[in-house]
Amino acid sequence: MARPRLAVYKFSSCDGCQLSLLDCEDELLALAGAVEIAYFLEASRQALPGPYDVVLVEGSVTTEEEVERLKEVRRQAKLLVAIGACATAGGIQALRNWADADAFRRAVYPTPGYIRTLDRVRPLGDVVLVDAELRGCPISKRQLLDFLAAVLIGRTPRMPAHSVCTECKRRGAVCVMVASGVPCLGPVTQAGCGAICPAYARGCYGCFGPMERPNTGALGDRFVALGQSRDEVARAFRGINAYALPFAAAGDRFARSDIEEG
Amino acid sequence: MNPTPPLGTHAAIPKPALDQVLGALRDAGYTLVGPKVADGAIVYGEITGIADLPVGWTAEQEAGRYRLRPGVPGRLFGFAVGPHAPKRYLYPSTATLFRTRRTAEGFEVLPGEEAAPRYALVGVRACDLAAIAIQDRVFLDGPAPDPHYRARREAAFLLAVNCLEPGGTCFCASTRTGPRCTTGFDLALTELDEVLLVEVGSEAGAAMLAAADWRPASAFELTRARRALAEAEGRMGRTMDVRDLPDLLYERLDHPRWEAVAARCLSCANCTMVCPTCFCADVVDTSDLTGGEAARVRVWDSCFNHEFSYVFGGHLRPNIRARYRQWLTHKLATWIDQYGVLGCVGCGRCITWCPAAIDLTEELAAIRGGEPT
Repeated sequence: MARPRLAVYKFSSCDGCQLSLLDCEDELLALAGAVEIAYFLEASRQALPGPYDVVLVEGSVTTEEEVERLKEVRRQAKLLVAIGACATAGGIQALRNWADADAFRRAVYPTPGYIRTLDRVRPLGDVVLVDAELRGCPISKRQLLDFLAAVLIGRTPRMPAHSVCTECKRRGAVCVMVASGVPCLGPVTQAGCGAICPAYARGCYGCFGPMERPNTGALGDRFVALGQSRDEVARAFRGINAYALPFAAAGDRFARSDIEEG
Repeated sequence: MNPTPPLGTHAAIPKPALDQVLGALRDAGYTLVGPKVADGAIVYGEITGIADLPVGWTAEQEAGRYRLRPGVPGRLFGFAVGPHAPKRYLYPSTATLFRTRRTAEGFEVLPGEEAAPRYALVGVRACDLAAIAIQDRVFLDGPAPDPHYRARREAAFLLAVNCLEPGGTCFCASTRTGPRCTTGFDLALTELDEVLLVEVGSEAGAAMLAAADWRPASAFELTRARRALAEAEGRMGRTMDVRDLPDLLYERLDHPRWEAVAARCLSCANCTMVCPTCFCADVVDTSDLTGGEAARVRVWDSCFNHEFSYVFGGHLRPNIRARYRQWLTHKLATWIDQYGVLGCVGCGRCITWCPAAIDLTEELAAIRGGEPT
């Protein structure tokens, strides 16, 4: 059987997620043996044409050209996998969806007329059908390898939709919110990272995005009870996954001063 | 060499002599696991002797709040339970059940764990002994005992401690599972000001105590221990009225309180992870990139996880109301039908470690109030 053909594409993003693939030092040779890396500009100048069996796509969609390019990538992809918060939820740059992009353009660029962008930053799933999502900023290389191994052997990949707390407790970390009063998005954030931040005594900042059916309102209320202002709560939700629907709704709710305390 | 104390002996040893007992356990091949201070809490971890214990430390515990505090100087066990339970060691959060390797002929099956570790669990409280007894029923009774649990359980030594400093969320007096260790231990300590009283609960315990310079406890010392325990029983931070269970909950499955608690509950699963009796797990397969090796792994799971109750066709418990009700009703009602005992041992961990500060004693009291619905 021919080796599955793998491609890696990038849209508006920092490259960090595709670097996670290169960061798989110990497994990189096994990976290169298991798949044919047909298109991965960050790793090789060799750029073979599609179609591809698995396409990992990093980044959000911010221009008309990217919309068209993503549609073409979709046409070449048997399995299209969004990797990272930009691809799955728009990423940190989606914060501009709450602001006036024109004003930014004028403030940043000497000749704003050359800059053409969409009025909103869009996750891949807004534009094309996405077959699977690997969350995170950056993604977990462990989860990426498990996903690829699962695809290769034909089993269900392990992508839990539950809270970071489940992983945090499994590894025996002490809850930073209970033991130190540190606000932590772990109770509403999807697992997969291995609870890295709480294990190093800092609160989760939600880089894996919302878990399945998160109770964001109740967590925000709890942050307020711990002494955070409503504005601080809004900013906690408006981070890397600000544009993911449950976080966006919570951010909006806590940002609105007119509903202060009911 | 000291004489070996008979079963049921109440002995007394000077506090430093505990190191002799711990040393004997280590010499016998046990890995010592006990309470220690780490990351702002009293957790379980590997210890080597008294010096590693949280000497002079205690903790304030309230719903959703835990703070390490200096306690009585020199006190070895002046604190209530922390986030970790013996469950971590007898029923680990991640366990490889078996592995497979591809061969020329097909594949071979290999054990997940070569040999069960032998843990001496130091400082186990009465509530946790009760929890271990419950997990024994879950994993060992019936036609299909769990070999992984059994191997670790049979290899374990339990050095228990009577609780004289109940915490703010403790209610073992209500569930009648503490504060005194009555059964299921190898040795049980009671810490008085100058000495440790040691009750011998097994032959293995007697052999380990023989390593220390023990003498029979005096009637005076035993009276002091009894009084301290009676006093501790009156200082529980919480109470829970367990009358009329399980029927009380069956009659109130549509109580409005379920909706109210669901509005606060994050469904994050922390309560079930810290609960010393919760046993639900997921079983997942892993494989490597070459397809040459695979493993079947068991990990702690929770009825609070949305995908936990997914079956073909949909979710059995699609919202938080249904999941919280499932958990509380299992702990305090259906558990009795299933295993003949309450599923709650009054340790208070689910109260302290709930990031939303939900208190099951308060929830049960609220559901108890008002008419059946």
